[in-house]
Amino acid sequence: MAGNIVLRAERLGKKYVIGNQVAHDDSLMGALVARDFKGMARSVRSRLARRKGVPRNTVEEFWALKDVGFEVKPGEVIGIIGRNGAGKSTLLKILSRITDPTEGRVEIRGRVASLLEVGTGFHPDLSGRENVFLNGAILGMSRGEIRRKFDEIVSFAGVERFLDMPVKRYSSGMYLRLAFAVAAQLEPEILIVDEVLAVGDNEFQRKCLGKMYDAAEHGRTVLLVSHNMAVVERLCSRALLLDAGRIKMDGPVRAVISEYLADSDAEVLECAPESDSSRAAEVKRIVLRNRGGTPLKEVTTADIFNLRIELLVRERRPDLKIACSLHDALENPIFATCPADDGVTQPIEPGLHEFLVAFPGPLLLPRRYSMTVSVYTAHGETIHNCVNALTFDVLPAASQVYSAEPNRVGVLQILCNWKHKLHQDASPALEREISRTV
Amino acid sequence: MSLSTRDTTVDLTSAPVQSRDQLTDRVIVLDAGHAARNYWSDLWRFRDLFMILAWRDLAVRHKQTVMGVAWSLIRPLATVVIFTFVFGRVAKLPSDGSAPYPLMVFAGLLPWTLMTNIIGQTCGAVQNNAALMNKVYFPRLILPAATVAVSLVDAGISLVLLLAMMAWFGFWPDWRILFLPVLIALALLASLGPALWVTAVNVKYRDFQYVVGFALQFGLYISPVGFSSSAIPQQWRLLYSLNPAVGVIDGFRWCLFRGEAQLYMPGLIFSVAITAVVLWAGIAYFRKAERTFVDLI
Repeated sequence: MAGNIVLRAERLGKKYVIGNQVAHDDSLMGALVARDFKGMARSVRSRLARRKGVPRNTVEEFWALKDVGFEVKPGEVIGIIGRNGAGKSTLLKILSRITDPTEGRVEIRGRVASLLEVGTGFHPDLSGRENVFLNGAILGMSRGEIRRKFDEIVSFAGVERFLDMPVKRYSSGMYLRLAFAVAAQLEPEILIVDEVLAVGDNEFQRKCLGKMYDAAEHGRTVLLVSHNMAVVERLCSRALLLDAGRIKMDGPVRAVISEYLADSDAEVLECAPESDSSRAAEVKRIVLRNRGGTPLKEVTTADIFNLRIELLVRERRPDLKIACSLHDALENPIFATCPADDGVTQPIEPGLHEFLVAFPGPLLLPRRYSMTVSVYTAHGETIHNCVNALTFDVLPAASQVYSAEPNRVGVLQILCNWKHKLHQDASPALEREISRTV
Repeated sequence: MSLSTRDTTVDLTSAPVQSRDQLTDRVIVLDAGHAARNYWSDLWRFRDLFMILAWRDLAVRHKQTVMGVAWSLIRPLATVVIFTFVFGRVAKLPSDGSAPYPLMVFAGLLPWTLMTNIIGQTCGAVQNNAALMNKVYFPRLILPAATVAVSLVDAGISLVLLLAMMAWFGFWPDWRILFLPVLIALALLASLGPALWVTAVNVKYRDFQYVVGFALQFGLYISPVGFSSSAIPQQWRLLYSLNPAVGVIDGFRWCLFRGEAQLYMPGLIFSVAITAVVLWAGIAYFRKAERTFVDLI
């Protein structure tokens, strides 16, 4: 490998097998039957197939990545962007050695640390102190290294008083801070980061970002997957745009981001995410509609629209939650809303749930927006995250706020209540003030 | 707006990178269809993780239990009492020489429990750590290895109990006890082979764990745990030694009971040979399968 390359991927491909065969074969009985009594199995299968109207043994191959090749120079900070299912996480998993590529090869020079999650391996029953050592070892630190940095970790996380308490009694904020404090001590030459910045409150995210900027400035090689274009643009000099498992564009960060944003234009303001039967719950469909319930093809500054979400709950999860958030073109969140805001219960019971989210009044200025719907648990586990499920441009049309002053700053038009009064009985103090300014 | 947090003390970035083992010039090559080249050295590099996972499993096990470590004593003792009653009193099977029947049962139960724990728990270890495997790389062999360590601690507790019981019966071992570590190692290796194989298969076919559970239960009765293998007719003993547990258990009794339990040499050699073959096959299969664990789990 040439001296000035720290990572080289050549013709990387990752194949997954999906479809009926998998579900069938995953039990030993299924495989035994298929192997030993092939004829019998075939007849049973075809009978089943006739009844159900689907061929029973369709093996569907799915290439999550195909022909991906790139080189990374030392100190480069590369953003990997693309829509959901484009292969970003698969690529990170291969580079982190979590899974093997189906084809192609990767050469990596130097110590790699991957941060695909904060708090990997934290055990709820162990104390904070114990978890620091556990998590540190999982991230690849030696015991001596952790012991040296222990005090720093603890003071950074601010959990001194709770060190000997099981982390299951920690608040979620404390938990995240401690987890991140350990990860922040990693000293790899190549750092691979997945959407870890997407958890926690603003303060926490700011801390994470700060670390990332520092790492980039200090000449570490960083590969970062993010949906937050503002972060990618600030942090990275170069970006890879993945689309359907292939590299669609590889170049300077700005050019790649604008290509990505231009590409995510949708004709109909409706989204049916890819189904995955292993999820405890998943979003089946998201539609933007007008007040009468007709799906919208476009949104204008005059529209009062609502959002209809179909959610399929497969398993009863008492702590299941749903929320949606609106983002600007750089994918900075503008606001988020959830059923609890309006006293509506969360979707706990199995079944098909329907949510209607009505937005109060015409809200949006003529900008580009995207809508994200997330299903998660109170413990922070992501069940189904439809990031940027809908991306749409708002077109100008007459509305009370927008018409009054079309060239305003910001992204929202909010009709605020203004009151005005002119004080005729000016006091001597005010008179002095007026005469001074005149 | 400032996004930087330079006022904080933690530094992800302290300038020159000093990794503990100076791997700067190490090149990792991930080649489709080829196993990682530095597998065994990786395994060594991750020894801290191995230690800490073993420690975690031990630490977690007795959290929120009333009896805690006492469970490690109660379970073998109860089994010894039952087996002594069933095989010694009811079936009236002979013990090994002058060794008291409960001691003979315990000396067989100890390696048997060690081996079945290893096989039974490695299976679960990979399943339980699925989340971990999904997010970090480490040689997956560490997970089974850590459970072996945990089972070994259990066996150690049992051994202390067994020695105490031997003192109670006034039945002291002689120099042969020096061979005990060798036999413990044999027990580990004999169970690790099947354990790795079972674990790898179970990742793909979940129902395999039920087969294993049943097989182990069945094995308890066909292995010489509740009785002495001298109860087996001489012409069948070599065939009986196909079960690697037979050689291990016989060996344990030989070294604890002053040689009063006869060591059946051909059987032991046979057991060792089978152990070696199964272990090699187990490791080979596990290494082949572990690269796709994450995709299947």
